[in-house]
Amino acid sequence: MVGFKEYFIKRLVYIGFTLLGISLIVFGITQLLPGNAATMILGKFATEESIQALEQQLGLNKPWYVQYTSWLADFVTGNWGQSFENNSPVIETLAAPLRRSAVLAFVTMILVSVVGISLGVLAAVKKDTPSDVVVSTASYLGISFPEFVTGILLLMLFTGPVFNVLPFGGYAPLSEGFVPWLKHLILPAVTLTFVLIAHVVRLTRSEMVDVLQSDYIRTARLKGMKERSVLLKHGLRNGLLPTITLLALDIGYLLGSIVIVEEVFSYPGLGRLIVRSIQVRDLPVIQASIMVIAIVYTFANFGADIIYTYLDPRIEYGES
Amino acid sequence: MAETKSVEFEESVLKRINRILYRLLSSRKGQLSILLLVPILLGSLFAPVIAPHDPTATGIADQFADPGGETLLGTDKFGRDLFSRVLYGGQASITLGLAATALGLVLGVPIGILSGYLGGKTDEFIMRIMDIFLSIPSLLLALLVVVSLGSGMMNAVLAIGIVFMPRLARITRSSTLSIKNEEYITAAEARGESSLYIAFVEILPSVMPAIIVEASIRVGFGILIGTSLSFLGLGTQPPNPDWGYMVSQARTTMHESIWFVLWPSLALGATILGFNLLGDALRDTLDPEVTSDEH
Repeated sequence: MVGFKEYFIKRLVYIGFTLLGISLIVFGITQLLPGNAATMILGKFATEESIQALEQQLGLNKPWYVQYTSWLADFVTGNWGQSFENNSPVIETLAAPLRRSAVLAFVTMILVSVVGISLGVLAAVKKDTPSDVVVSTASYLGISFPEFVTGILLLMLFTGPVFNVLPFGGYAPLSEGFVPWLKHLILPAVTLTFVLIAHVVRLTRSEMVDVLQSDYIRTARLKGMKERSVLLKHGLRNGLLPTITLLALDIGYLLGSIVIVEEVFSYPGLGRLIVRSIQVRDLPVIQASIMVIAIVYTFANFGADIIYTYLDPRIEYGES
Repeated sequence: MAETKSVEFEESVLKRINRILYRLLSSRKGQLSILLLVPILLGSLFAPVIAPHDPTATGIADQFADPGGETLLGTDKFGRDLFSRVLYGGQASITLGLAATALGLVLGVPIGILSGYLGGKTDEFIMRIMDIFLSIPSLLLALLVVVSLGSGMMNAVLAIGIVFMPRLARITRSSTLSIKNEEYITAAEARGESSLYIAFVEILPSVMPAIIVEASIRVGFGILIGTSLSFLGLGTQPPNPDWGYMVSQARTTMHESIWFVLWPSLALGATILGFNLLGDALRDTLDPEVTSDEH
């Protein structure tokens, strides 16, 4: 597949340009922040001379493009600077929250795929029955409530007088045992799932409805195949392709939602770190976290494209 | 001659709008969306007339008063009237969604039409820049813009408008691409009309259906991002009510009074649901060739 290889390389080059553009946006916007880095590090009461000395040292009096290129070179080589807030290297500040967010995102994506696809298939098989209506309505409600509303309503239900079974928020590492870990993870993951699942359900349903009406499914049924194997062997395999792409695209939306959800549940992940560093104007941490998220998002999109292109022989390699 | 033409034109536009409204009102999604949105929009618009109390006045009744009694929906922890606060909060949240969508349209639609119509290298260049904006998750981009400009309603509108720009530009561009080789466009080119004239007089009306559908979905999403920013303390500033800010305040006392959380949450959910349903119903009615199904 020569075409595919060329397409793959072209996309990689294009990703390079996209990331360069993102780095410009992130750098540019954070430069607009009121008060420059020197004032932020030294505090409001620093003397004029000490601020000027630090500005000199940080290179803040150089033109923006010199500052940008040196920042970019540092970022690419893994030198992400020191956090203004606690003076430790940004990479170390990011590591643990990033890992916790990745766990939350992973559990959420599994929930979204398994529950979303199952409900979508159920709705398609039981098309126009009450189950179909219930599934479609529920998923509609999911996208209509912002993350913070869903999260707080769940907290009200499960941490208070009604069912006092889950912690109010926070995080427990796996080393403290599986059950406490799960208890802290479950509400944030369910909230994210509720928000993300609607599109998966809808797309799976509409694809499966089409597939189930197709000729080869009818043939399989006429041959006397069991309904279960018709569904699993022929239906799912053909109906799931668009859903896989959608799941990869949903990672982007998840990365935005996670900021709100982690804030609601005091889950110490990357999202909460971003909100915190915004509050204290911790510039290097803001820049690095947003870059990390943008890189993950860009590669998720790339993955979605590649999977789709590879699996679907009808697609042409080229511009959309 | 010109006069008859314009009369005919008006008639056909009126007829079209009538037909679209009729179809919208006869679809179940359309009916439901209007049932949800009309009272919410009227309530927010006429909040100063309807609200029984000043939304920021404290001590209207005891704190956490239950619904019924002196106040229709109860009071919050400062004894402020929740009904008045929900009405005024709607004004802030919905205005934010509408204004952000409007700004997104003003920025995105011209970019989309010109990019699609001019084509070639210009198109490629513009779309690459739009793609870069699309590579940062919406909420994070909005957060980034608000943080650098400062919190507040105007900056939130600007931030969400910027987030919407590339999405609206993309939809408009695809729609433009699908019609740019139609006869009436080539005829206008043959007449020697300028590119700007063709873009806004010939193309714009034809791509309107796709834009309207997308815009109605965007309003709901704009309210969602806007209230999320307010929830983080970066949107509408206290003591002015906003649904997101109200929920964030209610969070600390959620086990003392459910009403404080429940009313703004319900109002928010119903409004976004209403706009989502409206978008879907319009999509079915107007049947544009290209639409997005992303968040």
